Amino acid sequence: MNARIFFFVLVAALFLLGISQTVQRHLAFDIPWMPGETRTIWNIDAKIDFNALGKPVIASLTTPKMQAGYTQLSQNAASPGYGLSFLEGGIAPQAQWTIRKALGEQTLYYNIQLLADNKSKDQQYTEMPALFDKEYDPATLAAGTEIIREAFKTSADPFSFTRELLKVLNAQQPSQNTSLLLTSKINKTDLLIALLNKAKIATKKIGALHLEDGRRRQHLQPLVEVFQEKDGGITSQLFDANSTSAVNRQNLLLWDQSDKALLELVGGENSKVSFSMIKQEQAALAAILQKADNEHLFNFSIHSLPVEDQSLFKGILMIPLGVMIVVMMRVLVGLKTSGTFMPVLIAMAFIQTSLVTGLVGFILLVAVGLVIRSYLSHLNLLLVARISTVIIMVILLITLFGVLAYKLGLTEGLKITFFPMIILSWTIERMSVLWEEEGAKEVMLQGGGSLIVAVLAYFVMSNPIARHLMFNFIGLQFVVMALVLLLGSYTGYRLSELRRFKPLVDKE
Amino acid sequence: MYFCNPFKLKRKGIMGMNQRNSGYIGRYNPRKLYPLVDNKLKTKIIARNAKVTTPALLGVISIQAEVQNVESFIKETTGFVIKPAKGSGGKGILVITKIENGRYFKANGEEESLPEIKRHVTDILAGLFSLGGSADVAVVEALIQFDNAFDGFSFEGVPDVRVIVFKGFPVMAMMRLSTAASDGKANLHQGAVGVGLDIATGKALHAVQFDRPIEYHPDTNKELKTLEVPKWERLIYLAASCYEMTGMGYLGTDMVLDRYLGPMLLELNARPGLAIQIANGQGILPRLKLIESLQNTERMDAEARVAFCQKHFSQS
Repeated sequence: MNARIFFFVLVAALFLLGISQTVQRHLAFDIPWMPGETRTIWNIDAKIDFNALGKPVIASLTTPKMQAGYTQLSQNAASPGYGLSFLEGGIAPQAQWTIRKALGEQTLYYNIQLLADNKSKDQQYTEMPALFDKEYDPATLAAGTEIIREAFKTSADPFSFTRELLKVLNAQQPSQNTSLLLTSKINKTDLLIALLNKAKIATKKIGALHLEDGRRRQHLQPLVEVFQEKDGGITSQLFDANSTSAVNRQNLLLWDQSDKALLELVGGENSKVSFSMIKQEQAALAAILQKADNEHLFNFSIHSLPVEDQSLFKGILMIPLGVMIVVMMRVLVGLKTSGTFMPVLIAMAFIQTSLVTGLVGFILLVAVGLVIRSYLSHLNLLLVARISTVIIMVILLITLFGVLAYKLGLTEGLKITFFPMIILSWTIERMSVLWEEEGAKEVMLQGGGSLIVAVLAYFVMSNPIARHLMFNFIGLQFVVMALVLLLGSYTGYRLSELRRFKPLVDKE
Repeated sequence: MYFCNPFKLKRKGIMGMNQRNSGYIGRYNPRKLYPLVDNKLKTKIIARNAKVTTPALLGVISIQAEVQNVESFIKETTGFVIKPAKGSGGKGILVITKIENGRYFKANGEEESLPEIKRHVTDILAGLFSLGGSADVAVVEALIQFDNAFDGFSFEGVPDVRVIVFKGFPVMAMMRLSTAASDGKANLHQGAVGVGLDIATGKALHAVQFDRPIEYHPDTNKELKTLEVPKWERLIYLAASCYEMTGMGYLGTDMVLDRYLGPMLLELNARPGLAIQIANGQGILPRLKLIESLQNTERMDAEARVAFCQKHFSQS
């Protein structure tokens, strides 16, 4: 009985291994369950216009860094004559164009592709941004101090304090202090930052881009990120100085997180940065693969193989399903087939030829082959020689049918060459022997059984969902193996036996 | 209903193909013993050592040069059978029932000349009838004189008795009668009639053809219920002793009855079919389970085992 327990433990272990690997792959790499699923990709262009002064030019554009909601797939830049480098590190990544000499109007393009990705997370801050010192004139200072004092009283922490400040700044009827501050040459965002800084609260100015399909000439919306140090960790929240409501991160890309400037330009003037974007729906798998290309996460998988070999594996990985169909038909149904796994090979040929062409071609080949083979049996040849003759005969027949079909204008007929010739020859040989020994009825029975199994296997193996799952989730191979093992230990009745033994039950 | 309820089948103790393969053949028949059963010559040799009667061996032809000697084996006999040692399903068996003045005649009256007989032997040696076409040897046996008890029960063929021997216990038996539909062969799936036999008496219980119950032989119209195998005790004892002889736990033994020499072993089968259950109108599983539950069966001799089966499996 121990062997029995071991067997079931083995089957269960294989099954669990397969399922967990599959689920893990889905969760970790985001591989979709269904082949048709799509993912959103944002394709964003930044256009930089400026006037070069005939001197060396260095243009540094701040580019988006890793953040929640998006994963960068690729970036590139177009700008004839300029040297280009992407600078990582520092506070935020940059694209830097350089040229020894440029004069007149210049246009630089930067393009980035972002995958909408819920798994991506904001980077953790390890230190608070520094506060800055600034001198204010006495009137401004007094008004500011007054606002800070009021807001401080009705708040508990930096975030609620910021909200209180926003209420004051955006009030319907601005108070005297607010009006005094806002009339100065300062906008609400800078004012908010100045006020928070004065209250010893660290902030960062963020340039955010609203993503909307097909928008052009967009500009960054200034936001304020407010920091709080609590329990040794640093948390932050985004605020919009022109609104008291919370900032919605949906479709919001934090492009510029440098806290300096979006564009740093040396050797030019009148610079202008504008953005345009389009939304693309791409097959999820392709998008994931593109993402993985960057991350080198897929290294140990079929996807790391050259594309040609991948398509080979696409076929090979389907065979276990076909084999399982054969086991099911034989063990559960009791269908007779000629040659145990011949139906699987026939089904694979059907995938190449398409079903109807394949069926017609197969029946035609076997039928003509049987007629010719029946003559061979009169010659009393040795087995190997006989099979060899049948192989040559099958090849000739395939050639003949191919040429004939082509001449008749049936290009479909050429697909007949996809049939595995050796297997076909064995099938003809076996059926011929069967015909002589057991009669035509048994040949029809086994031939029909083989074709039924082959067609079933064809439908399973050519099913796009099955192909997608089997190819992308190697773990499912273990599941199929566990099922086949289970079928191997099935000792119950076959469907055909329920028919066969019926008289025994009916007797009562 | 086209299909029957599997739970009813289970309750009747009917064994299915899957269970036979994994539960009995796979478990009780060691692979290395198969050649003893699949090769008729080897079977004959071990049967002789175990004192199990088989048709008399007239000669063996194993190489082409010996084919010329075939005449010396057959000319003194009244009839003989030439068969391939590794043939299956009754292929390549030549039966000569009458010899007159050096002329040989088959059962249906056709003459077979000596050169034709020699060519048949050559074909056997070349592997024409053996599985996979491997080289084979030709076995020449004395003709069996059918017992008169079976007159009218069989059409143009050898009626034989199939006994399933499980761990040496003859658990179930049936008689296989050839018909016109089976072309003189005794294989049930080819249309032979199967008649279930009572283990204790050798009397007919129930008959089927093509898995359907019948009462009269389709060709001779003889009532099948009247069938009774003579010398049954001896036959069932011989079948049971095939266990010690081969070591196979789940064995199908094919026995024939010779008018003068009594029951003898014709051949053995390591993968006996399931039709015997239909012929007996009973499932075999309860019997197999009973045997499996027995302790110390190894110490029981063939007689004790036969007695046990006759006591427990009799249906009359």
